[in-house]
Amino acid sequence: MNTQVTLAGVTFKNPVMTASGTFGSGMEYSEFVDLNRLGAVVTKGVANVPWPGNPTPRVAEVYGGMLNAIGLQNPGIDVFMERDIPFLKQYDTKIIVNVCGKTVEDYVDVVERLGDEPAVSMLEINVSCPNVKEGAIAFGQKADALYNITQEIKKHAKQPVIMKLSPNVTDITEMARAAEAAGADALSLINTITGMKIDVHKRKFVIANKTGGMSGPAIKPVAVRMVYQTAQAVKIPIIGMGGIATAEDAIEFLLAGASAISVGAMNFVNPYATMEIEAGIRAYMEQYKIENVTDLIGAVS
Amino acid sequence: MKQKQTARVISQQEIAPGIYDMWIATDLVDFAKAGQFICVYPKDKSTLLPRPISICEVDVAQKALRIVYRVAGAGTKEFSSYVAGDSIDIMGTIGNGFPVEEGIGKKVLLMGGGIGVPPILELAKQMKQAQVVVGYRDSNLFLKEDLAKYGEVYVACEDGSAGVKGNVMDAIAQECLEADVIYACGPMPMLRAIKKYAEEKGIKAYISLEERMACGVGACLGCVVKTKEIDHHSHVHNARICTDGPVYDAETVEI
Ligand SMILES: Cc1cc2nc3c(=O)[nH]c(=O)nc-3n(C[C@H](O)[C@H](O)[C@H](O)COP(=O)(O)OP(=O)(O)OC[C@H]3O[C@@H](n4cnc5c(N)ncnc54)[C@H](O)[C@@H]3O)c2cc1C
Ligand SMILES: Cc1cc2nc3c(=O)[nH]c(=O)nc-3n(C[C@H](O)[C@H](O)[C@H](O)COP(=O)(O)O)c2cc1C
Ligand code: FES
Repeated sequence: MNTQVTLAGVTFKNPVMTASGTFGSGMEYSEFVDLNRLGAVVTKGVANVPWPGNPTPRVAEVYGGMLNAIGLQNPGIDVFMERDIPFLKQYDTKIIVNVCGKTVEDYVDVVERLGDEPAVSMLEINVSCPNVKEGAIAFGQKADALYNITQEIKKHAKQPVIMKLSPNVTDITEMARAAEAAGADALSLINTITGMKIDVHKRKFVIANKTGGMSGPAIKPVAVRMVYQTAQAVKIPIIGMGGIATAEDAIEFLLAGASAISVGAMNFVNPYATMEIEAGIRAYMEQYKIENVTDLIGAVS
Repeated sequence: MKQKQTARVISQQEIAPGIYDMWIATDLVDFAKAGQFICVYPKDKSTLLPRPISICEVDVAQKALRIVYRVAGAGTKEFSSYVAGDSIDIMGTIGNGFPVEEGIGKKVLLMGGGIGVPPILELAKQMKQAQVVVGYRDSNLFLKEDLAKYGEVYVACEDGSAGVKGNVMDAIAQECLEADVIYACGPMPMLRAIKKYAEEKGIKAYISLEERMACGVGACLGCVVKTKEIDHHSHVHNARICTDGPVYDAETVEI
């Protein structure tokens, strides 16, 4: 049985990854999860300088999911390279670094710094965070802006580039095509869906930022649909995510056309979720006598 | 050491209206410290996130943990329906806990307000002979008898039905209580008042903070508090309450 998948020339031992921002840099969950069993650890978004993030409350529970408006609190690339990369290097898993910024220059700055680090296999560019006011999301909601930033990043990146797409758009395929045309090596989707929650007793927004990004099992059907549509529209590989809780959920994304999958909010609910999904995919392959996990990718169309 | 596990409810009873007292059989007791908490996970799949609940008492010999909580919403309502023998999904133990050693040989004051009283019990047990000031809304003085086993208990009651009428600060003033070190858990206005009081008196205060949590393990950065110095994780001024706290030297946080 072969669980390997290859995206943009990088081979992963299996298609199970962590969704950015839900797994820190792996350190926090290494008490629960044997990181060696993951295809890749995708790290929390990192900027060129430390970002303080948003005021609290930053998280709220909603039916079958959650809202977050963390605002990309992160220590900046210097601390990240000194502390987080060496930690992850100890494990036999691939490292994908999620990059955030407010301007094109911010992104390029981080991308260039990461170019010096061969342990980083791929870069995931977050142009779809709904929780920061400037930059970021603006790049992810207009096809021409996405095209431009993708092209600029590709000029400076040493590693293959994954553009992370926002679901908060009218037509996800238009965005996907723009990124592909600009040279993106892969796509990941979906980021969170902008939501809101009001406390009717206090008559106040539950999240200090008023809006927050929704994630968790409740968003899965939207994510599966977008992965499917995107897979039909582009040739570059897709990392699918949005509400994945079990191996069956993960397989659904593979069948819809994803080449790999990420587990996000469900890590919070079940810290062992990634390992259980990895084992569950193998069990499924055994049950249905599937030799290569790649046989599942886009098998339903 | 942190672990998520399915444990078993030993017993549960309602000790005041809407306040539940549960003993859980779990080997997590071996790591439990006063002021730490556990995450409890509802079984209802529409309510996914863990509910942080303080460790109220530890019984290492019986391998049992005690939690005392108020029914506040869907999650705690579900927990309140559990009976002896039921399973309960928990993760722990979490957080730094109260620095008990800082109180050794000193005059200490333990302060709990409302649903902040529970973690004070295990602390009182560790401290022995401490002065304990607890504040309640009304005459439902939950855990007061348990606390009396380990220290001198002073009660403040908002409605004046028992002890000093008012809050814990009124009780300190009226009873002329003094201390070298304060340990406290309770609502934010109480913790702010204690921080101010400790600063004025030039004494140490260790306060236990609350914030909305998603992961409980330091990964999501949801549960931060503003700190005076830059935090060691993100190098900004936002420390994670679930991992760096929930107990802070009051001087170091801006609340
Ligand atoms: C470190 C810590 C220790 C705590 N210890 C205790 C304790 O010993 N006894 C006790 O009764 N309560 C304690 N709380 C508060 C307790 O976590 C909440 O009352 C509980 O999460 C409410 O859940 P619910 O589903 O009943 O309410 P809902 O309002 O339905 O909860 C919705 C969401 O908001 C979160 N939430 C709601 N209120 C709070 C709150 N005050 N703090 C943090 N998250 C909240 C829930 O976890 C859940 O994710 C503690 C909180 C923290 C942070
Ligand atoms: C608390 C939290 C923080 C997140 N932080 C980031 C981030 O830093 N960068 C990013 O690209 N996506 C971030 N995301 C989005 C996730 O990576 C993922 O795209 C989304 O949550 C959908 O997957 P899920 O439903 O499995 O959580 C975050 C999500 C959550 C819940
Ligand atoms: S709850 Fe996630 S960092 Fe504290």
